[in-house]
Amino acid sequence: MAKREGSPWTGVGVVALKEISDHLASARMRVLEWLIVLTAAAALYGAFRDIRSATAQDPFVFLRLFTLAQPPMPSFAAMLGFLIPLVAIGLGFDAVNGEYNRRTMSRILSQPIYRDALLLGKFLAGLATLAICLLCLWLLVMGAGLMLLGVPPGPQELARSLLFLFIALMYAGVWLAVSMLFSVLFRSAATSALVALGLWLFMTLLWPLLAGALAQAIAPPDLASQLLGQPSLATLQWTQGLQRLSPNQLFSEAMVAVLSPDTRALGPVFLDQLEGAVMGAPLALGQSVQIVWPQAVGLIAGAIVLYAAAYVAFQRQEVRA
Amino acid sequence: MSTHVIEARGLTKRYGAATAVDGIDFAVGAGEIFGLLGPNGAGKTTTILMLLGLTDASGGSVRVLDMDPQRDPLAVKRVLGYLPDAVGFYDHLSARDNLAYTARLLGLDASERQRRIDAALARMRLSEVAERRVATYSRGMRQRLGLAEIIVKQARVAILDEPTSGLDPQSTEEFLELIRSLKRDGVTVLLSSHLLEHMQRICDRVALFRAGRIALMGSVAHLARQVLGGGVAVEVQAAGPDLQRHLAAVPGVRAVTALAPDRYRLLADGDVRAEAARVVVAAGGALTQLSVEQPSLDAVYNRFFNAAAAAKEPAHGQA
Repeated sequence: MAKREGSPWTGVGVVALKEISDHLASARMRVLEWLIVLTAAAALYGAFRDIRSATAQDPFVFLRLFTLAQPPMPSFAAMLGFLIPLVAIGLGFDAVNGEYNRRTMSRILSQPIYRDALLLGKFLAGLATLAICLLCLWLLVMGAGLMLLGVPPGPQELARSLLFLFIALMYAGVWLAVSMLFSVLFRSAATSALVALGLWLFMTLLWPLLAGALAQAIAPPDLASQLLGQPSLATLQWTQGLQRLSPNQLFSEAMVAVLSPDTRALGPVFLDQLEGAVMGAPLALGQSVQIVWPQAVGLIAGAIVLYAAAYVAFQRQEVRA
Repeated sequence: MSTHVIEARGLTKRYGAATAVDGIDFAVGAGEIFGLLGPNGAGKTTTILMLLGLTDASGGSVRVLDMDPQRDPLAVKRVLGYLPDAVGFYDHLSARDNLAYTARLLGLDASERQRRIDAALARMRLSEVAERRVATYSRGMRQRLGLAEIIVKQARVAILDEPTSGLDPQSTEEFLELIRSLKRDGVTVLLSSHLLEHMQRICDRVALFRAGRIALMGSVAHLARQVLGGGVAVEVQAAGPDLQRHLAAVPGVRAVTALAPDRYRLLADGDVRAEAARVVVAAGGALTQLSVEQPSLDAVYNRFFNAAAAAKEPAHGQA
């Protein structure tokens, strides 16, 4: 095939702006926003009560807002880890098949743009919408913290919570790419939504259990660990490795490292690693970034790989319905 | 530099083992209304998609205004307007917003956009409903909105896929008139349809598709001569005994077929209506109607496809 002329970027901005305005005006988005705001409020309420009664001396009191959990409510950050995929799927599950079902696909593609522009524009619009949502949520949390705690956040806290925001956005990007991939693969919007939601439930609820069982099967506990009644190191490493296939695991690990400055490692810790460590002392931001680097890169790479898969599938698709 | 606006040579499209379009050749001149005719699945829409560069051709070549839609699709799509079969719009947006979106994709600036959209909506008589959501539009209004999009684009070639199917007679009339007005503006129009009557009234030339090939091509009159043979078909409606024999004896009549108990169709060298009337009356028959059949695309189409089917039967029998 001869090389094609004209830029694949033509029209990306136009498509993205139109999609953002659609997203922000849609009833679907409003429902999802309220869902997040209400659950977040419930999680934060517990955290506020805890903070006010206990930790007056904590240097990272703002970060505790994100991480403190008061049973039965999980922490605000864990709640986001659960709900962000839902919003991302809600934005992406009918991105491509919706155009076919509305019969607008061939009309739009007969305009002077490449398919690249349509897909990329939709992806960027979804990401921008999620960014706006997360930023608003972040501002709400910070504002509520200022009013109810009566102390301003320190620069460390600001930087860490913004870093958390960025990682949350990448995590959302993975799920957006997943749902857009399904919207390319399945012609029915209902099917793609169901498959995406099914995968989401599998990854959040079933995979952590399955990973443990699989690890046991791959690396059975040796005699020493059987006698001690503890899993062997190989089993532990397999468990963690398998769990990290799930974006949820990557996100929650990154969340812990970024929001709890005293986190030193995200896996099994050996005694010799603790030599010279001042227990309970917070790490510098740079050190925490080094800890979450693989997780963050993993999330970004996952989003790119999934987007690429959606791109290839979309390019090979016939336009006619 | 060719004088043709659209030129296809040996254009072929294969899906796996199936061949949707099988080496077709055709050319459309500037300002012409060209019709693609044929049953569903004959390859019309696939051909159109290849013209737009939305589907890669498996073989052959296409030129649109001397550009290659396979290699330079953006330039082609800038001058080519497309109204798909059962066109869809964003239902939650108004007609104006829908047009504004495509106008932005064209890269028009705000004032130019406004001007062209207003003009196009006025011309399609949609100005009064322009702010209404497209969800409330009837099928006819959607088709007109689709045409408005082509006008906003100031396309030099308009490709309309089944534009009149599903429209009520009045909307159809209006729509055909709008297509003619495009032609008056110097736009070349490529239509696809299986509604023969509409095509006959509007097309300068038609191409008959069958199983991925162009079986016949030319003006309707030309096709009629080719398929129906020369001569005039006269239809006689009369009650009486043994009329078929009497009518067959009329000088100039080549064949008489009984269409219904009291209806006969004469194939003659010339207009034999006067003579046929005299014969019927002389035979004691009651003449109720007498008419000359205009060579219609309908007749051409039916005759052609029936003949093709009939020719195919024995072949199947041998195999």
